[in-house]
Amino acid sequence: MDNAVTAKKKWWNGGYSPFSVSYGKLMMWYFLISDAFTFGALLISYGTQRFMAEAWPDPNVVFHSFPFMGHTNLPLVFVSLMTFILIMSSVTMVLAVHAGKYMDRQGVTKWLVLTIVGGLMFLGCQAWEWTHLHEVGAWWGRNPFPNADGSAAISTNFTDFFFTITGFHGLHVTSGVILNIIVLINVLKGTYEHRGHYEMVEKVGLYWHFVDLVWVFVFTCFYLL
Amino acid sequence: MAHTHSAHDKDAQVKVIWKTFWILLGITIVEVGMAFVHLYTGFPSKLWLNSLFILLTLFKAFYIVAEFMHLRHEIKNLIMTVLMPLMLFIWFIIAFLADGDSWKNMRKDLSPGTPVKKEAPVAAPAHH
Repeated sequence: MDNAVTAKKKWWNGGYSPFSVSYGKLMMWYFLISDAFTFGALLISYGTQRFMAEAWPDPNVVFHSFPFMGHTNLPLVFVSLMTFILIMSSVTMVLAVHAGKYMDRQGVTKWLVLTIVGGLMFLGCQAWEWTHLHEVGAWWGRNPFPNADGSAAISTNFTDFFFTITGFHGLHVTSGVILNIIVLINVLKGTYEHRGHYEMVEKVGLYWHFVDLVWVFVFTCFYLL
Repeated sequence: MAHTHSAHDKDAQVKVIWKTFWILLGITIVEVGMAFVHLYTGFPSKLWLNSLFILLTLFKAFYIVAEFMHLRHEIKNLIMTVLMPLMLFIWFIIAFLADGDSWKNMRKDLSPGTPVKKEAPVAAPAHH
């Protein structure tokens, strides 16, 4: 693949990618742009509803529980752990991509397995959080949380947006884990070794980092602001 | 010779990866720390705190996209084709949040029982 960038190249005359990346990677980028708009639309409609409402629940009151800690008031702690897990799994994914560049099959295997474990841990945390919120009476169409100013909830916008957006993100994590498992199977079978490059790891890596990127925004919009 | 050079590169790249990780973790810890400071002392005010959160979130997004997704090291054509469409978000966010705010105000002003604002009587233009 002729990927060197030189001044003499005629970028748009064909024969090589004007973006200096393969077709597959470019299409992954384009898919991620479209996905960014989907998540952006969801988050902005959440923001619009929140600006429209005269009162809104306080996230530090809603999200204050931690597994096995009973009624101890621990705002933000559990979701910080979830954030840490997702950032960590992003690091292991980068390390898998990195090992792939050097055709290090064992390295790719090790880091991919750790990434999958991280993704599953994140999903486990989210399952616990959803179960807990469901137990205290929150669900689509049901909002048990009083507003920050003490008034009773008059709409279910808060819970509707929370479950829809974290659910859509969780769905992305789930499909990311599935993609990682498929790629791991191919790594173990030697498919990429035979192909001569580990670019498929880079492509699912892009997707995985994007899921982490979305979480950064979900974390800020739902738990911090 | 060539081999040792590439091994050196390899280690340098791993270093960058871990450095990015520590930056992301550090920013998250600062965010959570600031949230707790606000919770117990009420300082800084909600407006400043939220502005800080949004700024730090954008920093994190930058590091994830630039280093983890490797976009910083791609050629300019690709960087532009990815980032330019996202500029729409600037309009998108301002327009929709302003719309939500305007709805809130209209609801407040027009809800039943709200006293009608007395407009200052307009001086009738003299015709003669």
